[in-house]
Amino acid sequence: MKIKLIFSGMLVLLSTAMLSAQKQAAPAVDIKKSIESGRAIYMQLCLTCHQKDGGGVPHLNAPLDGATAVVANDKAKLIRIVLKGMSDRIEIDGEYYSNTMTPHSDMKDQQIADVLTFVRNNWTNKASAVSAAEVKAVRGKTK
Amino acid sequence: MKKIFYYLCMLLIITALTSLSACASGPVKPGKTGAVVPDADNAGLKLPAGFGALKVADGLSKPRHIAVSPQGDLFVKLNGKLSAGKGVLRLHDTKGDGKPDETTGFGNYTGTGITIKNGYLYASSDQEVFRYKLNDKGEVIDGSEQKIITGLINRHQHESKSVVLDDAGNIYVNIGAYSNSCQENDRVTGSKGRMPCPILDSAGGIWQFKADKLNQTYGDGVRYATGLRNVVGLDWNKQANKLFVMQHGRDDLHSLFPAFYTDQDNAEKPAETMYALNKGDNAGWPYIYYDPATNKKMLAPEYGGDGKKEGGKDAIDPAIAFPAHMAPNALLFYTGNMFPAKYKNGAFIAFHGSWNRAPLPQEGYFVVFVPFENGKPTGKWEVFADGFAEKGDALTPRNAAHRPTGLAQGPDGSLYVSDDQKGTIYRIIYTGK
Repeated sequence: MKIKLIFSGMLVLLSTAMLSAQKQAAPAVDIKKSIESGRAIYMQLCLTCHQKDGGGVPHLNAPLDGATAVVANDKAKLIRIVLKGMSDRIEIDGEYYSNTMTPHSDMKDQQIADVLTFVRNNWTNKASAVSAAEVKAVRGKTK
Repeated sequence: MKKIFYYLCMLLIITALTSLSACASGPVKPGKTGAVVPDADNAGLKLPAGFGALKVADGLSKPRHIAVSPQGDLFVKLNGKLSAGKGVLRLHDTKGDGKPDETTGFGNYTGTGITIKNGYLYASSDQEVFRYKLNDKGEVIDGSEQKIITGLINRHQHESKSVVLDDAGNIYVNIGAYSNSCQENDRVTGSKGRMPCPILDSAGGIWQFKADKLNQTYGDGVRYATGLRNVVGLDWNKQANKLFVMQHGRDDLHSLFPAFYTDQDNAEKPAETMYALNKGDNAGWPYIYYDPATNKKMLAPEYGGDGKKEGGKDAIDPAIAFPAHMAPNALLFYTGNMFPAKYKNGAFIAFHGSWNRAPLPQEGYFVVFVPFENGKPTGKWEVFADGFAEKGDALTPRNAAHRPTGLAQGPDGSLYVSDDQKGTIYRIIYTGK
């Protein structure tokens, strides 16, 4: 489990490094701003279910901290979940979660980008930022 | 003349039965249970003076409800992973020191409910109920599994099926509502309530079945009580000869209707409620919630409520209301003789602990006691066993060390508590020290 986490963490770091080498990722100061804005959104909309430690609620609400899928490269999946909510019973790292999640399609592209960037870079998580453009692209396909 | 003879016979039978049951729940037998002593740290629990606790088991896979046989063996319903293919464990203590050293199992399904009555053990998955015949040593007889109830709704929300029997051959099963408040879109901000709520036809209530009939489903049972969002803890009160249940109250008042409710309203207003049920009762879900501060049934915002309008004229009142979201997962009326007199006939309630109170601090994660006489509470609730969670204000559902979820009474009057976070089983005893 731990090894898997470390491994996926390394993969993310590696791919982040490769990306920034390839096409000059957004400056670090913008990520910081996005994280701070995302933190405020998290406190308002996400905290009650996903909790202040990002641990979720066993059996009910999915954990975000330490969850492989949250720091994975498939950002479109995370964007879709925020837009459409969740009503399936899902497996995350060997445990099952089945509570209903509210859709948040009323949030702006930048807000979704910020909250996901925060979630991917808070607690023990460390992963690349999500941009408003990425949210916009997924929103276009999800409608 | 015949009548007098009949009454005499009845009197004899009743006397015999009473003395028998007095034996079964009588004082601690010397030798066997006399050797049971609390752990040095009372297994980490904070208890009233004179009580002690020991760890009976640890690391089980999400143990939910538990039952103790008349011989003192502990039966545990697992809801995590099957243990060597088994979903019900029997923990047997060969040495009599209260630390079981022999584990066997049966049943190839996970679930929550388990109870023992009249020589049978009953256990549930999330859609079925089985029973097993016990031999005179309290062991499950191989091949005796019978499916008595099948086809109950399981939509992965409030899916656990708790079970209890009365003294007339009936079994009661909770069928939780697969919804928070019967909105057109579950847990979506501003979504209206469905009228009438169609969920109540097959869930959101207690169903009564025969304890000895095979393969019963909805058509064979009776919807005994309705308007109950989700019951996990339930017990039969022998003094009142009545079913008592603990309802998990609704979530998300603030996030679904921010115009009418604050975070604090959500954390405090929709009580966790205990009901004494008669056949045909309606407890009011989803149309109302119960405000524990004002003791009023309030119209739910999905049905036109605004935090001020009352509702539920045809709904029963609770026997007791508890703070919101603490998640009562087990109820047990204490009939043993080990604990001091004030506990006799009173209610123990295991509160699994809250999550929906956030961002306010979490509550619960303890076992509560309420004094009762003849099926009526005679005093306020008090915390009986605490120290399960350990984290103080930093507490979250994930970091809680333990979460109480099941209760059982041993033949000597010990109180057993299960925890589905780390899989610990506690045994609380009275030592007077």
